[in-house]
Amino acid sequence: MSILVFIDQSEGQISKSSYEAMSYGAALAAQMNTEAQGIVLGEVKEDLAALGAYGLKKIHTVADATLNAMDAQVYANVLSQAAAGHEVIIFSNNSTAKAVAPRLSVKLKAGLVAGAVAMPDTSNGFIVKKSVFSGKAFAHIKVESAIKIISLNVNAYSVSTTEGTAEVAAFNAEIPAAKVEVVSVDKVKGEISLSEADTVVSGGRGLKGPENWGMIEELAGLLGAATACSRPVSDVDWRPHHEHVGQTGLAIAPNLYIAIGISGAIQHLAGVNRSKTIVVINKDPEAPFFKAADYGIVGDAFEIVPKIIEAVKKMKGVA
Amino acid sequence: MKILVCISRTPDTTARIAFTDNNTKFAEAGVQWIINPYDEWYALVRAIELKEKDPSTVLHLLHVGSAESDPIIRKALALGGDEAIRVNSTNDDGYYTAAQIAAVAKDGGYDLVFTGKETIDYNSSGIGGMVAEMLDLPFISHAIKFDLEGNNATVVREIEGGEETDKVTLPAVVSCQKGMAEQRIPNMKGIMGARSKPLNVKEPVEAEIFTSIDHFSLPPEKAGVKMVPADQPEELVRLLHEEAKVI
Repeated sequence: MSILVFIDQSEGQISKSSYEAMSYGAALAAQMNTEAQGIVLGEVKEDLAALGAYGLKKIHTVADATLNAMDAQVYANVLSQAAAGHEVIIFSNNSTAKAVAPRLSVKLKAGLVAGAVAMPDTSNGFIVKKSVFSGKAFAHIKVESAIKIISLNVNAYSVSTTEGTAEVAAFNAEIPAAKVEVVSVDKVKGEISLSEADTVVSGGRGLKGPENWGMIEELAGLLGAATACSRPVSDVDWRPHHEHVGQTGLAIAPNLYIAIGISGAIQHLAGVNRSKTIVVINKDPEAPFFKAADYGIVGDAFEIVPKIIEAVKKMKGVA
Repeated sequence: MKILVCISRTPDTTARIAFTDNNTKFAEAGVQWIINPYDEWYALVRAIELKEKDPSTVLHLLHVGSAESDPIIRKALALGGDEAIRVNSTNDDGYYTAAQIAAVAKDGGYDLVFTGKETIDYNSSGIGGMVAEMLDLPFISHAIKFDLEGNNATVVREIEGGEETDKVTLPAVVSCQKGMAEQRIPNMKGIMGARSKPLNVKEPVEAEIFTSIDHFSLPPEKAGVKMVPADQPEELVRLLHEEAKVI
């Protein structure tokens, strides 16, 4: 009984978080003395044999154009056909997994743990640690079904590589007709996706207006970071809604989160408290965010941020 | 048009998170319970708007839980909806809960089932997809816009780094998030009216359970914030580079 990793693609490109899922699947296979395989739905441009470097022995492909766009019902159906012989199915907990994994869990009668943050404890049963209460706690979930599905939180597991190539084999699936018609996809081109970004630079009301986001974007650009904002900022349309992180917006877990002019209301923290390192820049020394931060500066963002930009340029040797 | 909105009960956003019974149970003492915000602000309010546009719409609310949930069900009815159904169960396994919802949805012949995108306690985003699969219906997750023309819905959903516009013919299951509607506060007329709306209690159907909580744990305490003087921002950059090693 092996491990099957769902390799998510969008517009023919494998998503960044899928590499985390592959590394996690390979490590779990080693722990369980079995092998990890992968499955890709839709047509991809990448060299799939090279995914052996992430520890996968075999890649099943269903390179059918009708699978290029994700339909939860169709994807779950095809994956259930490919699931035979696999004990654990791994997803990266992105928007595709959130739509597909629950359906697949019903199809396979498989217990689902969505939002896993660590390797399962297989010493006595099968227990998976997952994030609950919006990042404020963890639940260790015992999975008792024969087949198990784990949806790994994005940025929760480090990618590791090894030597090796994977065998690539076409999987002959019956593909049902989709009941949902995708009319259009509107993606921000060339920008780093906020949920997958390693570094996020975020601005709040303290920035006083949308015209002041130039320095946020400049700092983000230098750090290869995505930009984000607090709820009040997206509510007044200073920034687009998809940049809103927090309880009702996106929950993210980057390596570095830099909050500028954000006081750190509990609802905001709920979306960012899983970040590994948090930097807070705020002129109010009493801002609650400092309590959740690793590094802080009390002062005027309009003076401090340009100096940080200069220091980063110097460090990176950018003129 | 018959709409079913699923509402979950969660601790208030600001509730202190602690555990009892050897870290196997959530410490409920002193906790204020609310309707899961995604269920209330987005799923329920959007359904109410659909009913306001077409008053012939039948709108039912569904909750799986014990009688302790009745106050939040009444609050939901104060916002809108014709009647509520409570499946009398305290089991909180996702699959089990989805099976209860699917059974009610099947019996009631609903055209549309709304859920929130996730609950703010378990954060699993699992129920909507499971219900859809159990009913063999299309599922659109993370909807930020929903419009209806007859039996045809146009739904905008959030995807990584953007949006996708979908068309689907009902019946369907849709999970809702920010953008679908604006939060409402119940008014006095709604609160008074909610008292006389039916709240039907049903016993649960049999369903399997695949997962259980072994225990809970809390994240390690932060070591405490290291403050950098405002006139030395370059020191922050050095710390992030050399100490935290994140840039």
